[in-house]
Amino acid sequence: MKISDILQLTEARVVCGSFSSQTEVERAFSSDLMSDVLTLDSENILLITGLANPQSIRTAEMADIHFILLVRNKKATEEMIRLAEENHITLMETPFSLFRTSGILYQAGLMPVY
Amino acid sequence: MVIEQTYFIRGGDFSHAGDASSKVKKLLKQLGVDARKIKNIVIALYEAEVNIVAHAWEGMIRISIEADRISCTLEDKGPGIEDIGQAMVEGYSTASKEVREMGFGAGMGLSNIKRNTDVLEITSEVGVGTKVYMVNYF
Ligand SMILES: Nc1ncnc2c1ncn2[C@@H]1O[C@H](COP(=O)(O)OP(=O)(O)OP(=O)(O)O)[C@@H](O)[C@H]1O
Ligand SMILES: [Mg+2]
Repeated sequence: MKISDILQLTEARVVCGSFSSQTEVERAFSSDLMSDVLTLDSENILLITGLANPQSIRTAEMADIHFILLVRNKKATEEMIRLAEENHITLMETPFSLFRTSGILYQAGLMPVY
Repeated sequence: MVIEQTYFIRGGDFSHAGDASSKVKKLLKQLGVDARKIKNIVIALYEAEVNIVAHAWEGMIRISIEADRISCTLEDKGPGIEDIGQAMVEGYSTASKEVREMGFGAGMGLSNIKRNTDVLEITSEVGVGTKVYMVNYF
């Protein structure tokens, strides 16, 4: 699914990062527990999380995840933005909840990891 | 050629948890190590680093990179682990509420480390600390 479609469907905004209009992710995973995220084997995934602290960025960095969607109007902190920029991670924020965000994207065809 | 680095880790300091692993990742990239291998190494190292922050008081990470491998030794002063076998079980966690709020405490860390390393040795003394030694071959 195209990042631009994800932004539109979840009424999200980009906090930092750049990507082309054709950039896509293959699958998504929703979790607030970072070790759960670190079990994933897939490439090219979107992390959907309510965890608004630097550890969500560090986790993405280690797992080679390049797209993070923060839910429920959680605001990325300055430190998160700094780390995301340093590691070429695109950070987005949606007002929707984790459940609603996941439901919308799943229904629109974004594949789950499991 | 052997590259050696040492990093100090403060217990409870979640704003810096992962800084050491991040530096190691950048170093391995510079050295041209295969991306898939780097991912295995840094996931294991990051989990072990976060474990010091989450469960111990302070610790030290020493890494040594040789032509065919990286060895990481993480030694901490902390409560130690009474039953390492039990701690390795997926889902087992004694993480505090504060640690869970930081996004950890799934009880997946040690099994993630196991899965991502070629050699893993954990030794621990209750009330003194824990030592994690791991090796990945390139
Ligand atoms: N360095 C350490 N010092 C003391 N206890 C530890 C240490 N590392 C792990 N443990 C103990 O082993 C348990 C399991 O560790 P593990 O990393 O698998 O899970 P966790 O840290 O609780 O949660 P997660 O890693 O999924 O965020 C911990 O809850 C803790 O009781
Ligand atoms: Mg852990």
